[in-house]
Amino acid sequence: MSFLAYNIPFFSIFLVMLAAIVTPLLPNRNRIPECAATAAIAAAGVMSAFLLAELRGELTFTYAMGHFPAPWGNELRAGPLEALLALVFCAAMLLSVTGNANSTAEDIPPRRQPLYYALISLLMSSLLALTYTNDIFTAYVFIEINTIAACGIVAAKEGGETVRAALRYLVMSLVGSGLVLISICLLYGLTGHLLMENMRVAIQDLAASGRYMLPLTAALNLMTAGLAVKSALYPFAFWLPDAHGSATNASSSILSGLVLKGHILLIIKVFCRVYGLEIIQRLRVDNALLILGLLGMIMGSVHALSQKNVKRMIAWSSVAQVGYIFLGIGLNTVAGIAAACLHIIVHAAVKPMIFTAAGGLSNAAGHKKGLHALMGSFHANRWAGLGFIAGAFSMMGLPTFAGFASKLSLTLASFDSPAIVWALAALAASSVLNALYYVPAVIVILTPAAEHHAPPPPPTRLYKLSMAAFLALNFYLGLFCVPLLRLIERGVRVFG
Amino acid sequence: MNEKIKALWQHFRDWVEGNGPRPENEVVPPEPPPALPFTLRPQTHRTRFHELTIRERYEQWLEQHGLHLFSSLYAGLSVLTCALLVTLLLVIVADLPPFGDPANPAHNEVIQRYVERGGHETGARNIVAGMILDYRAFDTFGESAVLFTAAVSVLMLLRASGRTRAEDAALPGLILDSAQPLRGPPEMRLHTCRRDDSILRGVASLSIPAILLLGCAVVANGHLSPGGGFSGGAILSTALILCANAYGFDRVHAFFPERTFVVSSSGALLAYAAAKGYAFFTGANHIASGIPAGTVGDILSGGLILPLNICVGLVVAGTLYGFYALFSEGEI
Repeated sequence: MSFLAYNIPFFSIFLVMLAAIVTPLLPNRNRIPECAATAAIAAAGVMSAFLLAELRGELTFTYAMGHFPAPWGNELRAGPLEALLALVFCAAMLLSVTGNANSTAEDIPPRRQPLYYALISLLMSSLLALTYTNDIFTAYVFIEINTIAACGIVAAKEGGETVRAALRYLVMSLVGSGLVLISICLLYGLTGHLLMENMRVAIQDLAASGRYMLPLTAALNLMTAGLAVKSALYPFAFWLPDAHGSATNASSSILSGLVLKGHILLIIKVFCRVYGLEIIQRLRVDNALLILGLLGMIMGSVHALSQKNVKRMIAWSSVAQVGYIFLGIGLNTVAGIAAACLHIIVHAAVKPMIFTAAGGLSNAAGHKKGLHALMGSFHANRWAGLGFIAGAFSMMGLPTFAGFASKLSLTLASFDSPAIVWALAALAASSVLNALYYVPAVIVILTPAAEHHAPPPPPTRLYKLSMAAFLALNFYLGLFCVPLLRLIERGVRVFG
Repeated sequence: MNEKIKALWQHFRDWVEGNGPRPENEVVPPEPPPALPFTLRPQTHRTRFHELTIRERYEQWLEQHGLHLFSSLYAGLSVLTCALLVTLLLVIVADLPPFGDPANPAHNEVIQRYVERGGHETGARNIVAGMILDYRAFDTFGESAVLFTAAVSVLMLLRASGRTRAEDAALPGLILDSAQPLRGPPEMRLHTCRRDDSILRGVASLSIPAILLLGCAVVANGHLSPGGGFSGGAILSTALILCANAYGFDRVHAFFPERTFVVSSSGALLAYAAAKGYAFFTGANHIASGIPAGTVGDILSGGLILPLNICVGLVVAGTLYGFYALFSEGEI
């Protein structure tokens, strides 16, 4: 493997972090802060793509952060799955920022904008670090950055509701962080390590001898519960619609598409790399996640049905989609986790597109958020309309759209599980429920409006470009999912 | 049956076309939500209690007692949840390896190398400083970035609002806008500077130089004795906060304005990232970094630990003082 590819995990984390640190020092004119953030994220994306291409032959490698090898120093680890997720996260973040640049400029006061873009870069850097880290305490540190930056970008838009939503999000998120920290302390006391592979060796020894099973089970449960609160698994998801619905469009896209995924990825890491799938099965945490995932798939959609604000509807739909991901994790097989990873990628590509499209549509309808106010907005902003329709079809799981690929792989993965009947029934019911709120929304935006208000400003070239890229990504994921799924499965096998 | 389907279809068409609610089916409320049912009743005519339907009675009861019921239920459930979690954690802690036992899993080769070879390998006599700033410097970089993230968020929310300082000053009285700090004319500020507080000023003028010196010493000796950037930075920030309380924020503002705050926080973190990025890069690629470790015990020893401690100290001092100033005064 080339010298450059070996250094990419470190380079991409540090480059984006440096952009964040420098942004407050830059002059606040000519969109310089925005350009710094987008340039760094784009560069990290290009590097991740290069790393992914390089990792086809050689499977994984570790990268010591400093002069001391792993159990003493910090360590990063990269494999095909990590590189692929980093690439998708960078792409979704870049398109969310560029696609919503105009609405961000309208929603965020000019003096706040440099700091807003600094928070976006910090968030991206923490996601990359969560993707690549091989040390559970480093993961915790970057969860903290992730949490604070995510609350910051919710509250950046002025107004009482965003502040209320951000506070609620902050409280829930900190409860989750606290549970994760307690769990890490317990695990350190039991294993004496913070490096994931070494923890796994110690945990397998303990499980084989049957000692300390109570703290071991409790640590796993606390970790899973904490991360589930932060990633909005259903009964813990009531903070999400407020936070995602009231934030500015770029923030909503990033929160739904990416921030939730960082925590889910950490759950997968803990399952595969720290405990190992057999011990997870013995401690029965997978069953709990399976049941809550199935519940979330149905209940998220049921809540979405009763929403009148389009962004809140999309936000509740995210809860349902998180349920799909947890269904895959709860199956507790390589195929299930690969399907969950594919759904992470699909949702990271599709949900920002829907939020960006909804932002464009409500902009075309005169800044109204109500579903009915969007009537005929397709004809005012066709790019946004196309994006919304493609996203809606994808969430319903129609063939050729991205959502089809992940739903198909989830279905196939559930064939090996004893819970197959429940999984298939929930998948079918959830798809129908998705259609029940997305199809009327699509009909509304397509129906020509009776009265014509002042023609809205046409979408900018940047918006059209971002939407075209989103659409291309969506169709790519829908049409060429088989090689991608093979790649993910290989990645999951070497992940643990 | 046919009628039903027709009604459903009509309903759906109305919904698609966005026709307002028909009087017979109030499913889709218009854009401004209708007023709550209990305000619809004319205020002049008081209906007697026995004339109300059960639903109206329920709504009236809910209006009068709902919030109280919710808050007591909430408090009860919170106490129950906390008690459960505390019991659970106590049971778990009782089952953990005993504290201080030499056979504990935590006493393994990792700790052994930190203790036995830490001084030699990092050049720091304070093993903790060697651990957090050399062995595990990436975590500490993350921790400094957490403080930076918090400072950026608070600065964005409290100071960098849409209005400029002049516009803020022009607004009368306290502004209870949620995104705005409480600001008003000088006599209504939260912290007014009293000109005649000679005791506070006398103590402050004596102790501020001592506190600043102590903070600098704790930061600079971080690799030799207990302390370091985090604790030293906290000490430095107390000197700034004391100065602000004794002499007013304007006095601190003269030498520590917002621009200096941003430059010192960003600059210090940038220096940390540059120095440690170089060390990470050389370490991972097995290149000699050329950073001298020095003689253990000297003030100029420990490689990068001393400059990193200074960077962390600057970030911590700036962030803590920044929080205090922003939350109490709404500006730095």
